[in-house]
Amino acid sequence: MRLVLKRQDDLLKKVEEISGENVFACYQCGKCSAGCPMSTEMDLLPNQVIRLLQLGANEQLLDCRTIWLCASCFTCTARCPKGVSLTRLMEGVRLVLLRTTKEDQVSPKEMEKEFLPQVALISALRKFTT
Amino acid sequence: MEIAYFPGCTLKTTARALETSALAVAKTLGIAIKELPSWTCCGTCYSLAEDDLIKQVAPIRTLARTANLGYSILTTLCSVCYNTLAQANLFVKAVPTRLEKINAFMEEEANYAGNVEVKHFLTLLQELGAEKVSEAVKRPLSGLKVACYYGCLLLRPQNVAIDDPEQPSILENIMKSIGAEPVFFPYQVECCGSYHTAVKPEIVARRAHLILENAIENGADIVVTSCPLCSFNLKERQKDIKRLYPGFKGLPVFYFTEVMAEAFGITKILKGI
Ligand code: SF4
Ligand code: SF4
Repeated sequence: MRLVLKRQDDLLKKVEEISGENVFACYQCGKCSAGCPMSTEMDLLPNQVIRLLQLGANEQLLDCRTIWLCASCFTCTARCPKGVSLTRLMEGVRLVLLRTTKEDQVSPKEMEKEFLPQVALISALRKFTT
Repeated sequence: MEIAYFPGCTLKTTARALETSALAVAKTLGIAIKELPSWTCCGTCYSLAEDDLIKQVAPIRTLARTANLGYSILTTLCSVCYNTLAQANLFVKAVPTRLEKINAFMEEEANYAGNVEVKHFLTLLQELGAEKVSEAVKRPLSGLKVACYYGCLLLRPQNVAIDDPEQPSILENIMKSIGAEPVFFPYQVECCGSYHTAVKPEIVARRAHLILENAIENGADIVVTSCPLCSFNLKERQKDIKRLYPGFKGLPVFYFTEVMAEAFGITKILKGI
């Protein structure tokens, strides 16, 4: 991973506030990424998301696909040896983006193509819209 | 003691089979559950933000109504509703000011004091005991090999887990008590892709393929689950799986309560399996 080190702490602060998690408790063992069911679809590995937060490398983080692919499955949280909830941190980054850009990531129209269970529709709208 | 029952939206639409079979099973076993007279969406999926109390209003409103009717236990069948209600309950109980604010906001409801316990129907069955379940069996499902799929929301996060998050056995024990044979199924706690099914169906098809192939490899005749969303992903996404992986043979998926109703002699849906 190549980084331009231009440290910006504002994102980190907001993410920690929203998630209630301490980003620096993570010691980068990678266990979260090893068990993440969505990692094969992701551009950044889950532990790299935390690393970027620690480094204050916001641009790379805010552009990644990973945060939108995380399914909030809590596997990483259940297995982290340091008790870090990456699940909550991922939500923190998503929320900072949704709240600041006010841009929805999906529209109901895109989901109308089949008869989906309500839980899928409502959950997706909650995760991907402001 | 009568227990309040919260169905949730999906049980009235795509997951009717879960509700119908579970109510029949509860009746047979003498578990007194009664649908709440008025309920709203559970507020799925559970908000993971510390600072967004409005997202907790829907689940807490349901808990407030439950308490106000004199119930101390609320049961659900849908894993998603279970998880949302149980996490919201813990969230507001952890910090008194959260509950105070929500109570003040829901001025049309009686105040909620945090005194309702949210229990999944599987926990009620476990408390009843395997013996009681066995006694109700009219048609033992001997020889039926079952892959028990839990997914995420019954087991994670740990503070709302109904069983061991990595090696659960609650579904297996129920399947054994109705005469079926649970198979080794290491993918039983792997995420199916969840709500991504509404936006990125191919990703979910790839996840479901892995899970179903793992069940097939271990000799399963069917998969059982308790979640309408997992069920949709494992069942309805099979047509997408067949498109992506033409060699995929398919595997029937049922709610655990449908299989129980079969063993109790209530329905006949497993013919030919
Ligand atoms: S498992 Fe925990 S400590 Fe290890 S890299 Fe992931 S978040 Fe950090
Ligand atoms: S919660 Fe997100 S990051 Fe963690 S294991 Fe699940 S999909 Fe991966």
